[in-house]
Amino acid sequence: MDFGGINPVILIASLMVASVPILLAALGELVTEKAGVLNLGVEGMMIMGAICGFITAVHSGSPVAGFVGGALGGAALSLVFAFVTQVLLANQVATGLALTLFGLGLSSLMGQNYNGIKPPLTGALLPATLREIPVVGPIVFGHDWMVYLSILVVAAVWWVLKATRLGLILRAVGESHEAAHALGYRVRLIRLGAIAFGGALAGLGGAYISLVRVPQWVDGITAGAGWIALAIVVFASWKPWRALIGAYLFGGITVLQLNLQAAGSRIPVEYLSMSPYLVTILVLVIMSSGRGRAALNAPAALGQNFHATR
Amino acid sequence: MLRLEKRPNPSRFWLYATPVVAVVLTMFFGGLLFALMGTNPFAVIRTIFWDPLFGEFAFYLRGQLLVKAGPLILIAIGLSLGFRAGIWNIGAEGQYIMGAICGAAVGLAVYPTENRLIFPLMILAGAFGGWAWAMIPAILKTRFNTNEILVSLMLVYVAQTILAKASTGFLKNPEGMGFPGSRNFSGYPAAANPELIAGSGLHWGGVAALIVAVAAWVLLSRHIIGFQIRLSGQAPRAARFHGVNPSRLVVLCMGLSGALAGLAGLFEVTGPAGQISIDFNVGYGFTAIIVAFLGRLNPIGIVLAGVLMALTYVGGEMASTNLRLPAAAIQVFQGMLLFFLLGVDVLTNYRIRMAKGG
Amino acid sequence: MTDERTVLLAVEGITKTYPGVVANSDVTFSIRRGEVHALLGENGAGKSTMVKMMYGLVKPDSGRMTWNGAAYTPGSPGEARSTGVAMVFQHFSLFEALNVAENVALGMENPPPMKELSARIRAVSEEYGLPLDPSRMVGDLSAGERQRVEIIRCLLQDPKLLIMDEPTSVLTPQEVEILFKTLRQLSSEGTAILYISHKLEEIRSLCDAATILRRGKVVGTADPRASTARELAEMMVGATLTPPARRPGEKGKVMLGVSDLSVASPIPFGTSLKNVAFTVAAGEVLGIAGVAGNGQDELLLALSGELRASPDRVRIDDAPVGDLGPIDRRRAGMVSAPEDRLGHAAAPDMSLIENAFLTAQARKGLTNKGFIDWPATRAYAEAVIKDFDVRTPGAHVAARALSGGNLQKFVVGRELMQAPKVIVINQPTWGVDAAAAASIRQAILDRAAEGAAVVVISQDLDELLEIADRFAVLNEGRLTQPRPVEGLTIDEIGLMMGGAHGMEVAHHAEA
Repeated sequence: MDFGGINPVILIASLMVASVPILLAALGELVTEKAGVLNLGVEGMMIMGAICGFITAVHSGSPVAGFVGGALGGAALSLVFAFVTQVLLANQVATGLALTLFGLGLSSLMGQNYNGIKPPLTGALLPATLREIPVVGPIVFGHDWMVYLSILVVAAVWWVLKATRLGLILRAVGESHEAAHALGYRVRLIRLGAIAFGGALAGLGGAYISLVRVPQWVDGITAGAGWIALAIVVFASWKPWRALIGAYLFGGITVLQLNLQAAGSRIPVEYLSMSPYLVTILVLVIMSSGRGRAALNAPAALGQNFHATR
Repeated sequence: MLRLEKRPNPSRFWLYATPVVAVVLTMFFGGLLFALMGTNPFAVIRTIFWDPLFGEFAFYLRGQLLVKAGPLILIAIGLSLGFRAGIWNIGAEGQYIMGAICGAAVGLAVYPTENRLIFPLMILAGAFGGWAWAMIPAILKTRFNTNEILVSLMLVYVAQTILAKASTGFLKNPEGMGFPGSRNFSGYPAAANPELIAGSGLHWGGVAALIVAVAAWVLLSRHIIGFQIRLSGQAPRAARFHGVNPSRLVVLCMGLSGALAGLAGLFEVTGPAGQISIDFNVGYGFTAIIVAFLGRLNPIGIVLAGVLMALTYVGGEMASTNLRLPAAAIQVFQGMLLFFLLGVDVLTNYRIRMAKGG
Repeated sequence: MTDERTVLLAVEGITKTYPGVVANSDVTFSIRRGEVHALLGENGAGKSTMVKMMYGLVKPDSGRMTWNGAAYTPGSPGEARSTGVAMVFQHFSLFEALNVAENVALGMENPPPMKELSARIRAVSEEYGLPLDPSRMVGDLSAGERQRVEIIRCLLQDPKLLIMDEPTSVLTPQEVEILFKTLRQLSSEGTAILYISHKLEEIRSLCDAATILRRGKVVGTADPRASTARELAEMMVGATLTPPARRPGEKGKVMLGVSDLSVASPIPFGTSLKNVAFTVAAGEVLGIAGVAGNGQDELLLALSGELRASPDRVRIDDAPVGDLGPIDRRRAGMVSAPEDRLGHAAAPDMSLIENAFLTAQARKGLTNKGFIDWPATRAYAEAVIKDFDVRTPGAHVAARALSGGNLQKFVVGRELMQAPKVIVINQPTWGVDAAAAASIRQAILDRAAEGAAVVVISQDLDELLEIADRFAVLNEGRLTQPRPVEGLTIDEIGLMMGGAHGMEVAHHAEA
């Protein structure tokens, strides 16, 4: 069952894999933004996760250790952002940009001796008998454990934000830090936690790129995935399940254009490879011009720094 | 425990002192980093900051300084106007590429005609290219309330694909024996941007940067539009109360920064780079963000910051050939500088106090 | 000695200083069980700092507090709450995008599951006659309803001491009555109430005891029921105040005409204006009252030119200006001052010179071909500072460095000194001490006497009754027919303000 040389089952299965990095990064940023912090350094944290994960995995020989290393790398970089914005009260937009520029440089420096090395393989999770079931096999059972973990994280973030006290406090801090402070909540500590969580997930997503998607180390390996993750948060209007839809949509477009390139489509390669970015812009336009519900769902204190005066 | 206390008035002293403190801190921690990598930190710092100015090859390197500082200053001044107004154009790299492509295309279209008007026309086309590319996020923002940060950045990736297409396709040198890249402007005097004073490194881009810096300074300190730009960034509601039309300001600031980035691209491609090639852009559009902040979003500060940043480029290249310091180390160094600057900036508006208890 | 056993919270010698300001100095007083105790003082007298220390938000520099005789040193609002102290804030500590139940849960130490909490909110709200739907979004509630959320949040924790910071400034007279009923019921059940206000009549009708603060110090205690409002006022202000003098001016031609003005609110959870119509003649002051959040901010935006409509909706001196922006409306003769001084009327980080330029540029001719005449601007700023007695080291200081009252004098002065035909001011004396408030009111009346048409939007009924010729009310974005101030009763005004929002059910239940 092929359409122009593209098998839809393989397409769906591979888009689920392709979306894991942006999905994880978008979820992390969603939580950060829900706490009222705009961290534009997702790209930098992702690429730090990619290189830290890669190095850890290569030296330990364990992909699991690699992912842990990636998450820690992303979180460590996010703490720099947290310190500069939450303690030193610097502008969040400028600091986020600095984080990206710094992360790109640092990852390239760290990765100098890792070009051309293969990382240990992250294999499929489930036994071959399940994976070989037609259609359902590749789509539902055929993936590595990170794919399932990413969906689990969506559910967890959704549940925590919606149903737990921690989630309620997080949303309250993002809505009005003055009111939260007046009630005795420690605004900066909560934001610090949210930023670190966002950094860890971005790092995890980055590690997935260097350990599974590519899998090797190349300078600038994330290629704008962090920025697309930021766009997905807007697309999702700060709702976890919609972030999943958004990530799969973008993953789908990426995989489709790669497949079309491979299948020798008549559309020039350049147009295909710019398509994910153009689609991102298009989606941003559609979501932003809706204004109504989507705009109201944005955390009211997003991007504002908090300093308790008296 | 230390705590921050807001100053009633911003400190003038720290306003000027923070960039210096940031540079010193960056030298210190950068030196630590270089030491960790096994190079002699003093040699590196000396190679980066001293040798290009006063070292053995300074006669050549000083010229390189202006070559690199010109585009950085041009772009950073444009960006600083928007940043001051709270309009975040971070896609200058894309506007820089599109300006270069548009300007070069005009020149290449009339090749090999010799006419005095060709270069001025190319300058206009370059500015137009950058302006038009910046108008996309500007108009999407004013019409649909779309985030200009994300759109302008996405357009960098799009511009890079167009650049790839230009250098391998529609602007490829027909006599290039199949190699990617356009004709070289050094062989086409009517469209070239040569060094104006031999050995100085000064080309039209540097001249434009100085003119733009002075114009921006007058605009910000003496003109009502500059007042409106500053007001919009500091107190958006007060700006609307004053009578600023936010949409017009977005179009103005994005357009100006785009046009200046386009100009920088045109001067680069017709001068130092010489041709449209797949990687003629070396990230000036992004480094200019650092320059803008390092110069405190002030035109005169940006000129100084541009020269300083050019120093790290030129000195960094020296360090990488002489001391085998990886090029990425310089990128880290520049990123660090921006962090320290944003961090110590707190001292301008806050005082650090010892608090008893906690 | 019996007295000491009934004391719930005693404050002894509390001092708290901020850089440049002594907020509280050696403050001593005590609150007994079941007592309604007034903490009376002007803006800036140190009332808010005092209660923040009781609520664990701020730590005193010296002095001590005792709770039932034991040392009381709350390190956080959570500790204060678990001791039995609850607080209703002046600027609500509510989250607009969250619902009522979530807001209540955030103010509790160990909230029950949402379902149970909703049921308890319903129960308590019925018990105290404060109807409230737990599932509604707080952003959609009126100011009075929002206050109910805060009160119920407190009541659910069975507080021994309930602190209420300026609770009536957002209520209609009818809503105030209902609130007082609730507070008396609580006090009869044994809850002590610390009632913070500068409204003397309220304190006389509600409170059992009063402590009066001035400039951070206790200047006296009083039995409010046995004191006259005048005695209390003199203790609070420290001087006898003369009410502003009115020169009966001639009413001239209509200078400001607003007809059928409807604009959508640009503010999230804001109130859109619906068919607003009124006229103001030269020499006349129109007072516009209303509970906060009924379209006052939007009306100012629509008049100043920040919000635009079709040309004929707003006319200045017969010229249609409805489609013009703020700069053109100033040129046509209108000046305006929004409520929020820091951030809206003035840019906090800019100097007073730049802030003078902010609105005076058009009428005072401070630009030439777009280039700014800074010396002339500085001269204008200095003139405002001098004529309006703005206390500042100079015109070069940042607006944020000024105290609220001084900045308000600067903002009002900046507008009034432009020889305007029409003046629109929202909350001219909000958060300003009595002396500054009196001088601002006098300046407004003087301009009216000189022939300006004035619109004053305020939530302070006393202020409006004092300076307005005619009176109208904004209620849910609609403006009532303006009526002459003479002969209006408080009850009539209350009904114009829409009575008690959403309380009809409670009224019927009690009737």
